[in-house]
This record gives sequence, C-alpha cells and structure tokens, in this order.
Amino acid sequence: MESTALLQKLTAGMAFRGNPATLLSSSSASSHFARVQASAWPIMQGSRLRRLNVEATDLNANAFGTMPHSSTGLKIITKAVAVKTERGSTATAQQGHELLLFEALREGLDEEMERDPTVCVIGEDVGHYGGSYKVTKGMAEKYGDLRLLDTPIAENSFTGMAIGAAMSGLRPIVEGMNMGFLLLAFNQIANNCGMLHYTSGGQFTIPIVIRGPGGVGRQLGAEHSQRLESYFQSVPGLQMVACSTPYNAKGLMKAAIRSENPVILFEHVLLYNLKERIPDEEYVLCLEEAELVRPGEDITILTYSRMRHHVLQAVKTLVSKGYDPEVIDIRSLKPFDLFTIGNSVKKTHKVLIVEECMRTGGIGASLRAAIMENFFDELDAPIGCLSSQDVPTPYAGPLEDLTVVQPPQIVFAVEQLCKH
Amino acid sequence: MPYHIGARRAVMKSLLQSVRSNVREASTRNKCSWAGLGWPASQNAMERRYSMTSTSFLSARRYLGSQVDHPKRQQQTEAHEKDFLHFPGAKTTFTFSLEYIKEISEDPVPCYRLLNDHGDPIDGAELPEIEQSLGVKMYETMAILQTMDNLYYEAQRQGRISFYVTSIGEEAINVASAAALSSDDLIFPQYREQGVLLWRGFTLKDFASQCFANDEDSGKGRQMPVHYGSKKLNYITVSSTVGTQLPHAVGAAYSLKMAKEEACTVAYFGDGGTSEGDFHAAMNFASVLEVPVLFICRNNGWAISTPASDQYRSDGVVVKGQAYGIRSFRVDGNDTLAMYSCVQAARKMAIEESRPILIEALTYRIGHHTTSDDSSKYRSITEMERWKSLRDPVIRFRKWLEGNAWWDEVAERRLRATARNEVITTMVRAEILKKPPLSDLFKDVYDSVPVHLQEQEAYVRSTVTRHPKDHPSDVPL
Repeated sequence: MESTALLQKLTAGMAFRGNPATLLSSSSASSHFARVQASAWPIMQGSRLRRLNVEATDLNANAFGTMPHSSTGLKIITKAVAVKTERGSTATAQQGHELLLFEALREGLDEEMERDPTVCVIGEDVGHYGGSYKVTKGMAEKYGDLRLLDTPIAENSFTGMAIGAAMSGLRPIVEGMNMGFLLLAFNQIANNCGMLHYTSGGQFTIPIVIRGPGGVGRQLGAEHSQRLESYFQSVPGLQMVACSTPYNAKGLMKAAIRSENPVILFEHVLLYNLKERIPDEEYVLCLEEAELVRPGEDITILTYSRMRHHVLQAVKTLVSKGYDPEVIDIRSLKPFDLFTIGNSVKKTHKVLIVEECMRTGGIGASLRAAIMENFFDELDAPIGCLSSQDVPTPYAGPLEDLTVVQPPQIVFAVEQLCKH
Repeated sequence: MPYHIGARRAVMKSLLQSVRSNVREASTRNKCSWAGLGWPASQNAMERRYSMTSTSFLSARRYLGSQVDHPKRQQQTEAHEKDFLHFPGAKTTFTFSLEYIKEISEDPVPCYRLLNDHGDPIDGAELPEIEQSLGVKMYETMAILQTMDNLYYEAQRQGRISFYVTSIGEEAINVASAAALSSDDLIFPQYREQGVLLWRGFTLKDFASQCFANDEDSGKGRQMPVHYGSKKLNYITVSSTVGTQLPHAVGAAYSLKMAKEEACTVAYFGDGGTSEGDFHAAMNFASVLEVPVLFICRNNGWAISTPASDQYRSDGVVVKGQAYGIRSFRVDGNDTLAMYSCVQAARKMAIEESRPILIEALTYRIGHHTTSDDSSKYRSITEMERWKSLRDPVIRFRKWLEGNAWWDEVAERRLRATARNEVITTMVRAEILKKPPLSDLFKDVYDSVPVHLQEQEAYVRSTVTRHPKDHPSDVPL
C-alpha cells in the first residue's frame, strides 16, 4: 500500500455555501499537486520543528495561501482569493483523468471485481438498475447477475447473507441504499460481523465491505439523514473509513475490498457529484491513515467527509484574516490515526474538530477523548468540537442548514480558540 | 374477437370444470395444496352469486336482472373466467365470487415416518437402504450424545462449567440428518446441534475443551459453552443470537452456487426461531436466489417457556414454505430412519435443482431449554416423563436395530460404560488444563493487532504486573 497522499485542492466556485454538487471543476487548469511524504512524519516525532518535507511543484493561493513567514522555502503567495491563472499549456501537463466521486467508486469497484472473481456486490437495486446513486451502473452487464446481486428489502438478512458468504470464501460488498437503512442490519453487524472472527478463534474471517451514502443531504428528512458512524464506532472488530474526495473514495474502496477485516465505508449523499482529477495508474490507500489536506501552524482542524469541504471553505476566510490552520481529513474513523493527529497537535497545540455527527456520542466525542488522553500536555486550549445538534434533521431547508456546521461557525470557532 | 369464440369458450369451460372437479376431489383426498380454496359447489351457486357483481368484461349493458339462465350472462361468466391477466405481482385468472383462502386447512399436513413408536417398520413403508455399519454408528453416536449431554448437565449443576444446552429428545434429528449429509456441506447451527458435530468427528476432548474454555479450544476460550465451531468440519461457530444463522446459510449457499460446488448449506433452528424476521427474509431470499440450502426446523414445541401454540397460529412450520415458494417436508423427528431418508432426498433435490428445501422435524424437547431453565415451572413433569419413557428416539431406533439383530444388550452395556468413562475422563482432564493466554485476548479482533489494542494490552499487562497475586494462576501471560 502506498503511503503517499496526493493533495488536491478544490477549485474555485466555493462561493456557494455548502453545496459541493456545484463544485464542478471550472478552472481545472489551475489544479496543482503538492506531495506530502507521510513517511516523513516519523522524523517529526517529539520535535516541534516546522520543517515539513513538502515538495511543491507550484503553490498558488487557491491551494494554500501560505503565510509570509513560512520557513519552508516555498514560493510565498500573499493573495488568498481564488484566481484563474493563465496556464495555457497546463492541459498537456495534466495527467490522470477527471471524474465524479461516484464514478471513482465505480472505477475502484470495477478494478477489484476484475482482479478478484470472489468480489461481489449485494444490495437493493444494484444490478441492472445500477444502484440508486449509480455506483454500480453498467457492472451487471459486465459481471453478471450473480456478482451484482439484487436483493429483496431485508437489510438485516442480506447483510447476514453477506456475512455467511464471506465466511465461505466470497468477498461481498454490501450496499445500503442509504446508511440509515443499515440500522436494520445492526444485529448482524454488531453481533456477528464484528464478532465471528474473534469468537471462532480466528477460524472464520469476514472480509466484508459495507458501504452506502449517509449524512445530511438536501432535505431528505430525518430518517434519511442518519450518521451511522457514531452508532457503529463501539463495535469491536469493525474498521470504519469515510471518503471525501474522488481520489480517496477510489483508494479507500480498493483498500476496503482487499482488507481481511470487516470495513464500513461511509460515503456522503451530497458528495457523489464532486469532480476531481485522479491518477491513471492503480493506487490503493491505507485504511488507517489520515490525510493532511493543508499544512499549517496555528491550529489543527480535524474533520472528515462533507465537513472537509466546509472547513476548506472556512479556511479561505481564515487565511485572509491571517490565520494558518492545518486541516487533516481523518478518513479513518475506527481506529483513529493518532499518529498523524498527534504530530499535528504537537505542532499547533490547538485542536478543533468539525464533524456532522450529533454532539452526544459522535466521532468528535471519541476523538476528543483520545486526543486528551494521549496529548494533554501538548494542548494550549481545550479541544473545540463543532458538531450537529442532538435533534432529528428537519425537512425545512433553512432549519436543516442550521443543524449542519457551516463555514462561518468554523471561522468563529478558530478565532476563539486561537485567542488562547 | 376475431377467432372461433364459440369453440374456445367451450374448451375453456370444460377445462375450468375439470379443474374445479379435480380441486374438489383433491380437497376430499386431503391434499393440502388446494385445500380450503373453497370453490363454489356448483354452477348454479356461482350463478346465484353473479347478481352481486357489477360489471363484466364484455358486456356493454350492466343490468341483466335476475334472469339466471340468460344466455348473455353465461357468455359474460365464461369470458370473465377465461380472462387471464399478467400482473407484475401475480399471473392468474379472475373470479367474481368473493372467496378467501382459509387460514388453516381442515386437515393438517401429515407427518412422514417409517418406524412406529416401538421401532417396527410401518406396513407398506419403504425403508431406506442402510448398512449395518451405518445403522450401528448412528445409534452409537446418539448414545454417546445422550451420555455426554447428561454428564455435562450434571457438571453444570455441580458448578464445574457455567452453562450447558442439552439436546435430549432431539438426538435423532441431530445424528440422522448429519449422517445423510456429506462432509462438504456447510452447517449453520443454532445451539442444539452438538450431535451433528459429534457425527462429523468432533472428539469428546474437543467438546470438553470448548466447555471448559481451556487453551486446547479451537475457539480460544472466547465463547460460552456449547458455542462450538470447526472450520475443519465445516461447522460454523455458534452465535447465540436466534435466527441470524439463517441468512448466513443463504449467503454461503449463494457462494457455493457461484463456485458450482456439489454441496449445500444446512441451517438448523427451532420453532421459536421461525418468529424472527431473519427466518422469513432468509426463506424469501433463498427462494428468489435459488440457492441450495436446507432449512431444518427442530420443532420441539417449546421456546423456553413459550409453547408452539403461542409462537404461531399456522399448521406448524411446514406450511410456511409455500408462502415463499419453497418445497417443504414434515417428518417425525424422533424417527431416525425417516429423518435420514428425508434429509437425503432433500439434499439431493437442493443440490441438483439448486433450490432451498424446508424440513420441519417434529419432536419434543425432553430436557430444559438450558441449564438456566427449569421447565417444570411451565410444563408438567408427567408430560416430560411420558415423552422420555415412551417416545425416546434413541430407544426407538435401538429396538429397530435389535429387530435386525444388529444390536444387543451386551453391546449396549459396553457402549454406555465406555461412553461414560470417556466423557468423564476428558472432562476431568479438560478441567485442569490451563486457560488460553492473555496474549490471545487481543488477537483476532482484526487480522493484525492495531495500535490502540496494543496499548490496551500493555495496560492490562501492567495491571497484572502490579498485582501478580490477583492474577489467576491458570491463565498464562
């Protein structure tokens, strides 16, 4: 598994508040990569040096807007506003191909199904219909009905079916039409999926992937806006990851399928149309690793899934106000990548967690406890946590927006924390 | 209509009449598939009811009055009856009489058995061909199972193990079904199928290791007693949750179907388990996916204290098969030969035709639900005694063996003594062995031990180091 993480900046057009569906790459010519060597982190352990092993091909304000006093020797850019740069020849320098997040998931799935004939997909309407979010579109024609299995509506039972199939040699991927429906599969997931490898003394493995869209969408109502990561995080034996960009969606999908453990891959309903350029060559990401989205000095912002995009939007405002936040997409919800997180905390000494879970018992709550337990001495301020309220998600648009953390709230929270 | 309407109508009418008469005959002959459908007894009765309908398919005029023998009415009746429509949900003909399918048929589904209570073959029954060695092995396994169950039950009462589940009264179901299967068939047990495991080769030592959770246990001491599992013997580890193994069995059968193996999966469950949602969905899935799975229901009449009359209102579990489009058998679970023959036939059907089969094996739970239960609280002791003395499946089979001169008193005494000795020896030995080590506590949660679990293990070890006297002596580190 590769340990490098390709950074992809999000393009302009983030003037729209919170709707990533509009983040179509209008100025894709101005996307750049900055490569961060994750293996560089061990060098930083215990050290408060600001030396980052960052090679930047080109950084412009769209990506980072680094502070003038950066000691990394990078090109210093003072403008934080997104500008279209005149790079006419960039088109030829572009590598990789552009696609939407659901297509990236499909690509990852396709590659794995081709590579391993035991990989199969089980879910409602995944066959000829192509899945309700079109993740499996066209695959039933390619691989047949047995490998893209349409099921009757009984989540507990088809999850159980997948567990049984996994124990006898297949590598099933269970698609929940919406993550919230997997609450019906809770018995099988909590009592059997996470447990049978352990209780059988290691005799039976369950290399299953459970995936589906969750999170708060656009007025989908309370039952279709569940955040299941908070409910599943206690189940031993499970691994949980959340994707947020086409790049990490494909990589995590492939890694999850190849993993011998049961993995729950959380996607977000509103991120399926996110467009990004991803490499042509095959890559698999590490399931347990967090992604450094933007290096910084002042504060560590930990986030995942859709909130990553809200945070990056807030970062623009913060940068223009003179702050230098470090943004980490934690990606691995269980177990947490405390290594990356810890190194960041040791550098910035302040943490803000931005999540979409409910306040009580959410991922943020566990993460706070873990950071406090491990890095208490490094903290200069209490850990901030922005999360949704403990209310069912209302249908009315403005009310729904109020339950989701918005960029101005993130800006305000960072300002408050940085006062310490 | 453009073609010969008269001829066609006549053909349809005669066809319909013959169908109806067959149905009537079938009802009287107690074949249950059409029973209770309640077809009208005669043409006149049907016509009398005709006046209740509002429109018919062909007629432009709605009002036909009360003229029973009106030719136009005859036309409309026939046209209505032969009208056949393919709805996406069902393909069927119509009827204008408001009929319902009865909630329960007048005659219950008969139960297949080959030996009577005294072990004599029923007149006219065709017994399966069983060699002496097989018959004797089946009996010996049942006897050892009985011995093991009784001794472990007593051990629990003495406090030597924490928990046990006996299969007293269901030995025939366990052993006969196991004997009819092949070792490639994957078993998904509930928790009362240790006889199947015993047949397949799980040794008394293995049983003891699991119940005492010592370091020889293949489950590494992680599950309660009787939660056996053996990948080698194709027996999936027991999970306490009721009914969850049913969808597992369907999924595994699906995997066998994809791999085109000559094997099926077998899921065991009780009458109580049929109330779980997983049962219904698993049956439905198995039928829709057309996978080779045997659903064997041990209908022993009791789900802890809930009798079957409080569990369902249908004629047992066998009739539920048809609701899902599954072939179903009802067999006397206390009759070893019938059980063997039924499972053998079902297995063949399941594999050759790639379809699920439901088998309801009627029996009685002679023992308590588990050692945590005292069934005298909800059923009479005389009832239990009666079943134990008069309807014990092991004694019944023994009588048949003795009738064939394959078994005798000497062999019986020797077997029982040997079995008892072996069980006690293995039990005593297993009791004093060391438990699995502390290092096993954190393994197998994932494929490799992640950092946070390593930290937790380090913490536990540091606690043990600080308080060595409090750490049990039979748990190595």
